[in-house]
Amino acid sequence: MNKPASLGLTDEEISRYSRHLILPEVGVEGQLKLKKARVLLIGTGGLGAPLGMYLAAAGVGTLGLVDFDNVDASNLQRQIIHGTKDVGRPKISSAKDRLLDINPNVNIETYETRLTSQNALEIIKKYDIVVDGTDNFPTRYLVNDACVLLGKPNVYGSIFRFEGQASVFWAEKGACYRCLYPEPPPPGLVPSCAEGGVLGVLPGIIGTIQANETIKLILGGGEPLINRLLLFDAWKMRFRELKLHKNPQCPICGENKSIHQLIDYEVFCGLGPSSSEVKLEEITAPELKRQIDLGKNIQIIDVRDSNEYAIARIPNSKLIPLNQIVERSKEIDPNLTAVLHCKGGIRSAKAINALKENGFTGTLINLRGGILAWSNEVDPSVPKY
Amino acid sequence: MSVPVYIPTALRQFTGGKSEINVEAKTAGEAIEQLTTQFSVLRKHLYNDQNALRSFVNVYVNDEDIRHQSGLQTLLVAGSTVTIVPSIAGGVVDE
Repeated sequence: MNKPASLGLTDEEISRYSRHLILPEVGVEGQLKLKKARVLLIGTGGLGAPLGMYLAAAGVGTLGLVDFDNVDASNLQRQIIHGTKDVGRPKISSAKDRLLDINPNVNIETYETRLTSQNALEIIKKYDIVVDGTDNFPTRYLVNDACVLLGKPNVYGSIFRFEGQASVFWAEKGACYRCLYPEPPPPGLVPSCAEGGVLGVLPGIIGTIQANETIKLILGGGEPLINRLLLFDAWKMRFRELKLHKNPQCPICGENKSIHQLIDYEVFCGLGPSSSEVKLEEITAPELKRQIDLGKNIQIIDVRDSNEYAIARIPNSKLIPLNQIVERSKEIDPNLTAVLHCKGGIRSAKAINALKENGFTGTLINLRGGILAWSNEVDPSVPKY
Repeated sequence: MSVPVYIPTALRQFTGGKSEINVEAKTAGEAIEQLTTQFSVLRKHLYNDQNALRSFVNVYVNDEDIRHQSGLQTLLVAGSTVTIVPSIAGGVVDE
């Protein structure tokens, strides 16, 4: 049997991609588009895992991977690109091994760095499509702005607990992320999965939707999620779709745009050093232990959720979850020092700020590093989660 | 008339865990007003100090953003739904 010389696929590729090749919407032509495509994946975590694996399996010719993190045991519940044997390894190495195992034909380009305003344009300009799997506000606005400035499509996904969102932002053809949300919420108002938890399969579903959208953009077919916001509720198993519109007043893609270059996104999202947050009084875990051992009368207030309290707790601590802290502030004695803690120290800082804003007069001290620091530095028998 | 307001996961901690609240309202603004009367802590998450909807909170009547309709005056008819869609981000910035 002779195959046409111009086919452009090896025998191995023909058999590997046969289910694509017999699909009229893909065919040889579509498979060659996939092979030529260059897709940048930012993050190889919960969303990046299924994204990378399906794009590699589909035969996307070049995948760029950006990540600076190492694999942690708590990642394995959802970041299926990494295995138990990879704990402690750089995510980028672990992800590369897994993707090449799925498909050795894929050219993997790695960037072991955080995506920043300094390197984003340089990295992104080398790719056709950008998929942001990091799901945090500074990176989201950075990727959005860089993609608008470079005219690239940006495949969006976001998750929290049981709920996900997906869309395709492409300023040349429709709304960008800033058309939808010109500004991020102040830090602390929107909880993260590290605080609020996430169902492990949820990033699998949303990341797979992002992979599907990416493949349609490469093929130039189907109906991509441009100007459409997909909402998914895994608990109810319900999909909904909302319409998006390009905002003529959008600061980066509108008619009178005010943003012409990348900015400092940490500062923009209220996370940078110029953040006006009041400095809180802090205590370290060993110092708290010392004070307790000295017999000091200290109230320990745990502001985590009850299910976290069930996993691990500091002895003699009282549970008042962050979202009840103001209404239950009478349970804290203003005449005694109160040390507030959470898992890592962020929610307890919010609790202290909320109590102070609402006129609580007693001494409130934040446990630096939360119960994780207590487990690491005082009592290793307290489980880390 | 009674219309359902869909509450996103991130705000359910302020609605006693409920994902859907029925309110009596003729406009989107009345619906949000009713909601924040029932659940007063929700108010500061939806409105800024100038009593305008916060820029990271979008409100949809059916599948259209009220900013592209008549804003808080957008009329509700029988069968309308109101959906609150705040920006979400589950990933951590640095850990």
